[in-house]
Amino acid sequence: MRAADALMESLKAEGVEHIFGIPGGANLPTYDALVDAGFRHIQVRHEQGGGHAAEGYAKASGKVGVAFATSGPGATNLVTAIADAMMDSVPTIFVTGQVRTELIGTDGFQEADILGATLPFVKHSFQVTDPRQIPEYVHEAFHVASTGRPGPVLLDIPQDLSRADIDYAPRTEPVDLPGYKPSTDGNIKQIRIAAKALANARRPILYTGGGVINANASEELRALAASDRFPVTSTLMGLGAIPASHEQWLGMLGMHGTFAANYAMDKADLIVAIGARFDDRITGKISEFAPHAKVIHIDIDPAEISKNVGAHIPIVGDAKQVLPKLTHEFGALQTDPSRLDAWWNEIHIWQEEHPLRYEPGKDGEIKPQFMIEAMHRATKGAAIVTSDVGQHQMWAAQYYGFEEPRHWINSGGLGTMGFGLPAAVGAKVACPEEDVVCLAGDGSLIMNCQELATCVAEDIPVKVFLMNNGYMGMVRQWQELFWDRRYSAVEMGASPDWVKLAEAFGATGLRCEDAAELEETMARALEADGPVLLDVRVVQEENCYPMIPPGAAARDMVEAPKAVR
Amino acid sequence: MEAGTPQLVKLEDLHLSGQLSGRKHILSILVENKPGVLARIAGLFSRRGFNIDTLAVGPTDDPTISRVTLTLDGAVHPIDQVTKQLHKLVNVLKIRDMEPEETVAREMAMFKVSAAVENRAEIIQFAEIFRARIVDVARRTMTIEVTGSADKIEAFERMVRPHGLVEMVRTGEIAIARGSD
Repeated sequence: MRAADALMESLKAEGVEHIFGIPGGANLPTYDALVDAGFRHIQVRHEQGGGHAAEGYAKASGKVGVAFATSGPGATNLVTAIADAMMDSVPTIFVTGQVRTELIGTDGFQEADILGATLPFVKHSFQVTDPRQIPEYVHEAFHVASTGRPGPVLLDIPQDLSRADIDYAPRTEPVDLPGYKPSTDGNIKQIRIAAKALANARRPILYTGGGVINANASEELRALAASDRFPVTSTLMGLGAIPASHEQWLGMLGMHGTFAANYAMDKADLIVAIGARFDDRITGKISEFAPHAKVIHIDIDPAEISKNVGAHIPIVGDAKQVLPKLTHEFGALQTDPSRLDAWWNEIHIWQEEHPLRYEPGKDGEIKPQFMIEAMHRATKGAAIVTSDVGQHQMWAAQYYGFEEPRHWINSGGLGTMGFGLPAAVGAKVACPEEDVVCLAGDGSLIMNCQELATCVAEDIPVKVFLMNNGYMGMVRQWQELFWDRRYSAVEMGASPDWVKLAEAFGATGLRCEDAAELEETMARALEADGPVLLDVRVVQEENCYPMIPPGAAARDMVEAPKAVR
Repeated sequence: MEAGTPQLVKLEDLHLSGQLSGRKHILSILVENKPGVLARIAGLFSRRGFNIDTLAVGPTDDPTISRVTLTLDGAVHPIDQVTKQLHKLVNVLKIRDMEPEETVAREMAMFKVSAAVENRAEIIQFAEIFRARIVDVARRTMTIEVTGSADKIEAFERMVRPHGLVEMVRTGEIAIARGSD
């Protein structure tokens, strides 16, 4: 069998149904094999879009996302998506064409050392040096990408090798990589100590992250939270693991988190970190982070434990396996049911005195926060929402109120502008029955707006709700607050007429400038056939609060501009 | 107080384990003998801001496995974090943080020293004291091979430097555990 056909068979053997990509010279054999392979291939319009689409697909479905690109520029265009997938632990496989073996190292046409370029941010990578390696490498790549802490795996195949003839036999045996054995169980002794610490805590808090989503451990987290009245907060990546309507939910924590969540972390005596990594956007000034707290850290990646914040009780394991054990061990202990009363009284005061709030818009003007609330109503809070990066992303995290996991898909770690639209393409392909809304910023959307063509050509009816404030809003906010309002290259100036742009691509373009019409216009967009871009003109210079100023401690968070200065 | 009561774990009794060891560490790392493995290790060190003091790479008794021996300063880097990051590399099979008391560590160095006729006797005497070997002699220089701990090599360097050190080449340390282990 031709090696390229063996590649297709190997991908099928791993359960692949959808592939995002673009052909080119060095992966011509791959695309020739694709003709008869029976996958749904989504021809994206830029490899970065293909990479983010694979991420969106993976995040929405929990399955491994696959993207193809050719050598050289095709491969380097994937780099941002690969780095993004590494930062957010997204199970993805990137298959790149490479120049012919005899040209490697000669600076041949469209040659780039993609393996070398991506070494710092792949979970693992393979360069095929013998065509017979392909089935084995594919099998190993899926194992590495999808187990342990998920992440991106690169498979680089020189053009001549994918044309070679090999004997193909499906690889079904379990992968045995001697240097890769993730621990998933969690040490039961440590779990017992953790349970006893929880039983003794007077001001405990569960701080959860994307790891809970990746582990499909939302139910297990809800059970732990319910085993006592543990307050729960989460990172940007962990939203939806606990329903936003849950009475123990404090809201997101961190730079734009809620007052209650950040104060609870600051005053806590015991933090249970679950699949979260104490990123600087969470801790603020690390020397003043959670000064009274002992830390239980549960993570599948041992290197995350005590990396940024020391763990008193480290537990290496998969949240889906560890949390039920912790809940069980905790349940076996006798605890005083009233011991958290004082803690909840404190938290309720913070919640009542410092809720999320904004000044309502005047005369029909649309406040960005109101836009998110309208979006929640129009979608009944049930859409899969992807976002770009910036103010709109933070407002969505604050105001949308996610009830279920895998419904909030955004670029957290790398903070990649332009992520939202291609991620929505991937999410919609993965979940065709669900409403998929891309909440975009005008600064971000233009970075990958070519994927509107993909939506139209491939019949992928995503709905783009553009929060159009005429600025790269978050950068503008920082320039206003911390750089004396010296605006530098943040006005979007001659942005396209988005309605016409949508129409030029063959999509439906809508615009809304009146708060009274917003929800109804959104409903129309959701009901319309095919992809829709809804240009929502929001108040231009609204700032996102609350905010922990950069480098400040969580307790120094501010709720209004005066306090920042 | 019986087992299983919550009182057994008081929060004030929980402590962090040590972070910086304050001493030199020798990591003996077994890796798959595959292309690019060294680049992955070196890249990891530079990306995470870890400084390698010495590095030696060579084959083992198994041709599919190579050994990387590297030394780094535990006063600067949390060794635990370094080894955990290294373990994430799929090609890294085993890491051993060698215990100084239970380890034989050796490094080889070659010194090319200016050796005018009137100084040669003294240089040869140094070499004998250090159980070093003279491996090359030219009209104006001598080349001396020294094997030993890093301390010994540095001591030898201090002795010959006043005579004029033309060039010095060091291998970086390799290490093996004492005893049958």
